[in-house]
Amino acid sequence: MSAITHDTHGHHDAHDHHDHHEETFISKYIFSQDHKMIGKQFLITAVFMGLVAMLLSLLFRIQLAWPGESSDFLSLFLGETWAPGGILKENMYLGLVTIHGTIMVFFLLTGGLSGTFSNLLIPLQIGARDMASGFLNMVSYWLFAGSSVIMLVSLFIETGPAMAGWTIYPPLSALPQAIEGSGLGMTLWLLSMTLFIAGSLIGSLNYIVTVLNLRTTGMSMTRMPLTIWAFFVTAILGVLSFPVLLSAAVLLMMDRLAGTSFYLSDIIVGGEMLENHGGSPLLYQHLFWFLGHPEVYIVLLPALGLSSEVISTNARKPIFGYRAMIGSILAIGFLSFIVWGHHMFVTGMNPFLGSVFVFTTLLIAIPSAVKVFNYLTTLWRGSIVFTPAMLFAVGLVSTFITGGVTGIILADSALDIAVHDTYFVVAHFHIVMGMSAVFGMFAGVYHWFPKMYGRMMNTRLGYAHFWVTLVGAYGVFFPMHFVGLAGAPRRYYDYSVYNEFDTNTYEMMLDLNVIITVFAIIAALGQMIFLFNFFYSIFRGPVAVQNPWKSNTLEWTTPVEHVHGNWPGALPVVHRWPYDYSKPGAEEDYILQTVPLAEGEEEH
Amino acid sequence: MSFKLITIIVIVLGVLAVSQLVRLYELSSKLRNRREEDITNRDNKLNANLMLTFMILFYAGFIYLMTEYGWTGRGDAASIHGETTDWLLNLNFIIIIAVFFLTNTLLFGFAWKYVRKPGVKAYFYPHDNKLELIWTVVPAIVLAVIIILGLKTWNGITGESSKEAIRIELFSKQFDWTARYSGEDNVLGKYDYKLTTAENELALMTEATLDSAIRYMEFGKSDSTVLGIKLLENKLNNPKNMFIPEDREKMETDLDRKTRLLRLLYQMKARHNYKLDASAYDDILQKDTLHLLKGKEYEISFRAKDVIHSAYFPHFRAQINTVPGQVTRMKLTPSISTKEMREKKDNPKFNFVLMCNKICGSAHYKMKMIVVVDTPEQYAAWMKSKTTFKDDYLKPAAAVSDSTSVVPAADSTKLAVK
Repeated sequence: MSAITHDTHGHHDAHDHHDHHEETFISKYIFSQDHKMIGKQFLITAVFMGLVAMLLSLLFRIQLAWPGESSDFLSLFLGETWAPGGILKENMYLGLVTIHGTIMVFFLLTGGLSGTFSNLLIPLQIGARDMASGFLNMVSYWLFAGSSVIMLVSLFIETGPAMAGWTIYPPLSALPQAIEGSGLGMTLWLLSMTLFIAGSLIGSLNYIVTVLNLRTTGMSMTRMPLTIWAFFVTAILGVLSFPVLLSAAVLLMMDRLAGTSFYLSDIIVGGEMLENHGGSPLLYQHLFWFLGHPEVYIVLLPALGLSSEVISTNARKPIFGYRAMIGSILAIGFLSFIVWGHHMFVTGMNPFLGSVFVFTTLLIAIPSAVKVFNYLTTLWRGSIVFTPAMLFAVGLVSTFITGGVTGIILADSALDIAVHDTYFVVAHFHIVMGMSAVFGMFAGVYHWFPKMYGRMMNTRLGYAHFWVTLVGAYGVFFPMHFVGLAGAPRRYYDYSVYNEFDTNTYEMMLDLNVIITVFAIIAALGQMIFLFNFFYSIFRGPVAVQNPWKSNTLEWTTPVEHVHGNWPGALPVVHRWPYDYSKPGAEEDYILQTVPLAEGEEEH
Repeated sequence: MSFKLITIIVIVLGVLAVSQLVRLYELSSKLRNRREEDITNRDNKLNANLMLTFMILFYAGFIYLMTEYGWTGRGDAASIHGETTDWLLNLNFIIIIAVFFLTNTLLFGFAWKYVRKPGVKAYFYPHDNKLELIWTVVPAIVLAVIIILGLKTWNGITGESSKEAIRIELFSKQFDWTARYSGEDNVLGKYDYKLTTAENELALMTEATLDSAIRYMEFGKSDSTVLGIKLLENKLNNPKNMFIPEDREKMETDLDRKTRLLRLLYQMKARHNYKLDASAYDDILQKDTLHLLKGKEYEISFRAKDVIHSAYFPHFRAQINTVPGQVTRMKLTPSISTKEMREKKDNPKFNFVLMCNKICGSAHYKMKMIVVVDTPEQYAAWMKSKTTFKDDYLKPAAAVSDSTSVVPAADSTKLAVK
């Protein structure tokens, strides 16, 4: 066997050397350099982090729905320190909100989506034996794991975790006198994120190099599945924007520890007059959002890429407008770098600068609209098979629309003033990131589970999971628009202040908050179905066949049992694009990319 | 404790029950020779129907929420520019709600209609340049309209206010607001954060406040809760005092810092133009409630003492962050008085409000100020009851308090006697 693996690709020599040894438990499951195993490691870590973040959100949702009422659930998880008598402490409320946001955005959606699926799918779908550097890939995961541990540890320290919101705006995040969490908790947060960024950067560089250099014969850039295009552009975004976040974090660290004044000026806090002069808190916001906005697309593009593949496969139709889809991915990627200021319309930034950002931001709506219409046309006159993955992909399109259109309101600076930092914003980005991106991730897990574990997940539990999640999550985030339009600021421990000036609105908010929390609990319970299905199927699921979804892409030509180097024989050769579904004249309704063009057949 | 026990038991039993059910399902699938990836027509059809059902329920829920809660939360916009904002907001909402219904209907409709049917093959339709052009150009045109209208409104809101606008300042700190009216000259007095003392929370700059800030830095509080430079030096230089190293280091750092700040204060004093004192002395400070006059234009500037806050007037559709070390501004013309709004909302206790809308610490959610929009008579009556900064700061009561009592400065006593 190993003689056959010795193909012409020189860079695999090191690999084959490996094959001669029995793999130990440690080299196979822990410090693995195999992209498939690393992908799974990312997934499991991210799922665990996601669970923690979901639990945190339940804790503060209980406070919001039943403010000031004692809850056994709160005292069970937070104890007497943070929930004396079962009533959440104000500081911890902010801590929960902060860590929930951080984990969800970075650890679940960045690590879990891009980390899992770029690792799993890039080599498999472009026909490579592994990532360009297996070692760096392993380092990337372990940096991610290390940062996860530090982030979790910060929940358990005496002064509590970071409490300045996931955007950690200084001066609040720079001054322990301003809030407890800005002490050790914040230091750990910054440390954790530094590791995370380093890991993400190494990973992204690896993805880019792999996509550019290791495509198999015949796999031109315009024959790559849209998943790969999405991962590729995502990785470029990550490489260009994450270092800027690191610089923001380093400057903040210096302000906190070395007495510099990058972000601090003219401050009196806790009765203490600080000397810092000349810094600008706005500088931090510019740096943060220079990452922060591309980050939204780092989260969203992989989800869109995965769902393109899932929708096309299960509608048994080519994705409509393949080149337009690539074009919109590139356009979104480019535009995402020049829109960050739309998070800062009311920060006191020059209003003229604001109007420039209005213009660039609203431009993003065009490629997004193109994507939506292309998905719709792909479904039109299809022959749709509702696998659980397909359900989630359809759900993704719906939430992408619903969350996308409210973005038009928020991108319009004049309108943003009225709803900035209210629950309207919370609704908007949760529908986009908390639903769309997460749905993309679920679609990916259900679809590629057979490739990851060689077994099938239970379809009917998948159905139950989807419907509970769709109804539950819309039930959580849709009413939030109305809370926001009533003017409710986000990150409020409770809305009792409304009692002093508008009792009617207070009643309304309380009503809606109860509804939201009830749905949140339902949606959270729904995820238990997924967890059970996932772990049960890893060990007990029925064994998968090689190409269960009758899909075209290369990963389905690999054997079910994982082998080092992915293909036991020579690397596959690609002859066509990946979307030849239901092609007229073909016998089956799918044609693998490795099948040569028939005589007289045109390539799409 | 029993709660924990019951939770754990329920979870364990739940997992066991589901796993048994799945086992059963798998065995029956095996018997019928059914594989997970083969989706039966029945399952397929079920999901397609659920798609349509969900869409209908989703729309029903949306319409219910709209009629039940819609715009009522904040009521009509109560400022001149707020009215234009709301008009534009409504227009945008009409557009996006139309798009929302159209695309979601197509999505769920297609998902329902084009579910796999035996014998029907999907239509091979990889691209169509004309269609793609249409849905690039049409959104682009709609967006152009949105952008043009939006920027026009934005420029109107953020533009300069007229010369006659009344100047006021809102000062934010953890966790309250203080308003400063510019007084008769309509000029806000100068300030510097280093001049902050208990009597001069807003750090206004006059000769007297400069002197008292310097004294405060040198002598600290008389009750020794805050040590001045002199006392720190005495303590540190006294060989009889023994300190643990950490305490000593802390005190030394404190001393160094205060010495440097003191030098800056002396420089400030040397440069100070006492002719400007008058513009600070006629300023009027106001806590708890912000009084505004209906139909008057205001030029409001904002300051923050400690961290970023955000001044959010939900009913005026106005918002701006307050940033330490930087002044932010907005213009505002209230168009509905509190009395009128109470009638509109049919709530005799209703009030306008200024809330903090940027996370600023543990009591962030309590940081607010009631805003009252008066008629001219009410406003005049309220204004009459107010005293100026000069009255507050230089009145005899202030002279006996901590900082000023240490060494009364010659000119401040002179002013007080006046």
